[in-house]
Amino acid sequence: MHHLSHLDKLEAEAIYIIREVAAECERPVMLYSIGKDSSVMLHLALKAFYPEKPPFPFLHIDTTWKFHEMIEFRDHVADSYGITMLTYTNMDGVARGINPFDHGAAYTDIMKTQALKQALDKYEFTAAFGGGRRDEEKSRAKERIFSFRNSAHAWDPKNQRPEMWKLFNTRIHKGESIRVFPLSNWTEADIWQYIRRENIEIVPLYFAKERPVVERDGNIIMVDDDRMKLLVGEKVEMRKVRFRTLGCYPLTGGVYSDADTLDAIVEETLSALESERTSRVIDHEETGSMERRKKEGYF
Amino acid sequence: MRGLLKFITCGSVDDGKSTLIGHILYASKLLYTDQEQALLLDSKVGSRGGEIDYSLLLDGLMAEREQGITIDVAYRYFTTEHRSFIVADTPGHEEYTRNMAVGASFADLAVILIDATQGVLVQTRRHARICSLMGIRHFVFAINKMDLVDYDVTRFHEIEAQIRDLKESLHLKYVQLIPVSATVGDNITEKSPYTLWYEGPTLLQFLETVDVEEHMEETGFYMPVQRVCRPDLTFRGFQGQIEAGEIRIGDSIRVLPSGEEAHVSSLYIGDKAVESAEKGRPVTICLDREMDVSRGCVLVKNCDLKVASGCRATILWMDDEPFYQGKSFFVKLGTKLIPGVITQVHHTVDVNTGDPVHKETLSKNEIAECSISFVSSIVFDEFAVHKTMGELILIDRVTNMTSACGVVTAVTDEQERHILINREMRARMNIQKAVIVELPVDDLTLSLKEVREVERILAMHGRHTYLYQPKHKDPVAEIVRHLHHAGIVVLVANRYEMDLSEIAQVVPEGAYIKDLLATVSPEPEAIAEEILRITENRDTHFH
Repeated sequence: MHHLSHLDKLEAEAIYIIREVAAECERPVMLYSIGKDSSVMLHLALKAFYPEKPPFPFLHIDTTWKFHEMIEFRDHVADSYGITMLTYTNMDGVARGINPFDHGAAYTDIMKTQALKQALDKYEFTAAFGGGRRDEEKSRAKERIFSFRNSAHAWDPKNQRPEMWKLFNTRIHKGESIRVFPLSNWTEADIWQYIRRENIEIVPLYFAKERPVVERDGNIIMVDDDRMKLLVGEKVEMRKVRFRTLGCYPLTGGVYSDADTLDAIVEETLSALESERTSRVIDHEETGSMERRKKEGYF
Repeated sequence: MRGLLKFITCGSVDDGKSTLIGHILYASKLLYTDQEQALLLDSKVGSRGGEIDYSLLLDGLMAEREQGITIDVAYRYFTTEHRSFIVADTPGHEEYTRNMAVGASFADLAVILIDATQGVLVQTRRHARICSLMGIRHFVFAINKMDLVDYDVTRFHEIEAQIRDLKESLHLKYVQLIPVSATVGDNITEKSPYTLWYEGPTLLQFLETVDVEEHMEETGFYMPVQRVCRPDLTFRGFQGQIEAGEIRIGDSIRVLPSGEEAHVSSLYIGDKAVESAEKGRPVTICLDREMDVSRGCVLVKNCDLKVASGCRATILWMDDEPFYQGKSFFVKLGTKLIPGVITQVHHTVDVNTGDPVHKETLSKNEIAECSISFVSSIVFDEFAVHKTMGELILIDRVTNMTSACGVVTAVTDEQERHILINREMRARMNIQKAVIVELPVDDLTLSLKEVREVERILAMHGRHTYLYQPKHKDPVAEIVRHLHHAGIVVLVANRYEMDLSEIAQVVPEGAYIKDLLATVSPEPEAIAEEILRITENRDTHFH
C-alpha cells in the first residue's frame, strides 16, 4: 500500500475538519475573503460534501475598499458554484467616512474587525471557518484549529482548550463561538501547489500584468480607483506586478513580477525570499500586533 | 522524497528546545528574510544581550516573550530537499504539560532534549511517558549541551544507560540517541568535529530518513461515519475518513453497532468517483441497500471492533479544576459524542517511577487508570489494536472544557453497567454518603422545628436530604429503602414512638443510624455536625 502524498494528507485533514463542523456545529459559516486561501477552502468544502452542496453559507466582509477585480470574482463565484454568498459592510463606518488613507489602524478595526463581529452577531453564527495558516505569523502558529471565542469574540491565548488527535471539542455556551482553521497546517507553498494540482480558480490579480501603481513607503500600491489621492512627488506608472496576498487595495503591496501562469507563480513562490505578510502593510507595526488584534476579535 | 513528518520537540525547561528548532531553520536557510530581520530586531531587546536568540523564532505569544518561556505549543513548517516537516515545539514547564500533550497527540515522532550536564530528569520521564501514552513510537533523545561537558563520551554513555532503563520501563519502540549542541550547532545539520566517537547520523539526517509508517498497518478496514450525505432522494452516501485498510466497489461491509451487512455500490474520494480508496482518504461510500446508518456508526470490513458500554482507560487530566466523583462528561470517541461518567479511578501513576499511587481524585497533569461508563453501547476498541477507535476525550458538561484525554486499555463488558447506577453511585454524584438517621420527636428530646433546623444546616453544607415523617399505615421499610437507594441523607422524624427496626432489614449494615442521640447532645447544631461527619465522602474534593 502506498502512502498518501503531502498534499493528499493536508487535503484529507481539512476535509475531515470541515465535515466535523457541519456535523456538530449549529450554525456554521465559511468566511470568504476572495483570496487564494478562500479559493482553496471553497474547493475543499465542495469536495467535502459532494454531491451535496456545502450545507452552510459563505460570508464576505466588504470594506468597500477591495480591488474591483476581487468583487467581480466574488460575484462570479457566487453565481457559478451553487453556494449562498452573504456580504456584510459596516454601514456606520461608511457613513462616518472611515477610510484606509486617513484612519490607519482604526480603519482595520472598524471596517474589518467590528464589521465581522456585527455580521457574526447578526446571523448568530456559532462557528466560522477562516483561511488562516500557522505559517503566517508567530501568534497564529500557536493557535488551535478549533479556536474558541467568548461572547465578545475575544481569543484568550493563555487558556486554549487542549486539542487532542482529531477529537475536536465543538461544545460552546450560548453567545460563544468558534473560529475554525482547516488550513492551519498548510504553508503558502502548499496552497500554490494545491491550486496548481487541482486547477482552482483564483482572482486574476495573482497573475502578473501591467497595472497602474505607485511606490509608497517601500510598498507597491495599485491605483484601483479615483479615491486614491496621490502624494506630492508620486507618479502613477504602468508596471508588471502581481499580488501574493489580497485585501483592501490601499493596504496591499504588490511585487514586480513576470509570473503570469500558475507554474511561474509556484516557481516564484518556492524561491521567494520574503514571506508573504510583508506585503500586508498593517502587520509591520510591531511584534505582537496580530496577537493584540486577535484578542480584540480580529479573525 | 519521503512524505510529511510530524514531530514534536520536548524536554525540561531550559534544555534548549526552541533553540534547537531555531537552529535547524536558521542553518538550513529556511527562514524567510523578513523573519530573519524580525529575529535580529527582537534579539536586540531580548534576553541574550544582542546575540541571536533562536528561541524568539518560536515563542510567539507576548506573555512568552515577557517571561522568556514557552507556554503553548507552536507549529513550524519547513521543507528540505528530502522531506517536508511540521514540528510542534512544546512547553517544558510542568504547569503546561497539557499543551505538551496536545503536541504529542499530533506527532509521529518525538525529539526529547536532555541536558548533558543534568541527565534524565523527572520532566524527561514525564514527557516520554506522555508521548508514549499518546501513541508515539519513534523517539530521538538529543543529548544537548555536549559542549558544556567537553564532548565527553563517558558522560554520553552514562546518559545512554539512563535512557535504556527509560526505554524498558515505558516500552518505547524505536529509540535513537544523538549527542548535540543546539547553540554551537554540533550534529544538528552538520557532523560535529568534536564527537568523532559518535558514528550515527546528524539530527536532521535522521529526521529526513526515518520511516514512521512502517509496521503501522492495522488489520482490516474501518471508517467512522462523520455524516450522512443526502442531496436528494436518489443519493445516500456515508462520509468519513478511512482509518485503516482499503475498500473497493463490490466489497461486503458491515455497519456497527447494528451488524447489518451490505455491498459497496459506489465510492468517491472527495468529488471523484473511484474504484477503491485506502487509509487516510476522505471518502463517500454508497451501499447497495437501505440501512440505518448515522454519525457515530462505523463501517468495517474484516475488522473486529467491539460494541460495549464501558472501558478501562489511561487518562491525562488536563482541567484546572480537579476531578471529583459525580462529574458528568460528554465522551468523544471516533465520531461519537455520548454522555458518560468515570465510575472509578483505580490509581494514578507516578510520572517518575511509573508506580501506581492509590488515590481516587485527580488534579491537572496527573495520569490515571480509570473505568469509564457510557450511557449506551458504542463502537470502539483498544488503542493498541485500533488506534483511532481507542482515543477519547472527556468534555465537562457544565464548563464545556476538554477535561481529559485518554486511551482505551480494555473493553469492559456489560456488568460494569450494573455498577454504574446504584445507591453508591448516586450518593457519589451527590458528593456524600447515603445514610438514614432516625431522630425521636417528642417533648423531651427534639421538636419537629429542631429537626427541620438539622436539615437546613445539612443542606447549607451541600447535602442532598429528605425529611421523612412516617405515619402509622406507611410501608416504612419500603419507603426508606427507596429513599436510601436514591443516594440521599434521610432524616426520619419519629413522632409517634413507632418501632422502625424493620428498616435495618432493607438497607446495608451501618447505613441505618438508630440512636445518634446516644453519643450526641440533642441540639440541632451538634446533630448536624455529626451527620456531616458521617456522610462526608472523603474521596471527593469540595469546592
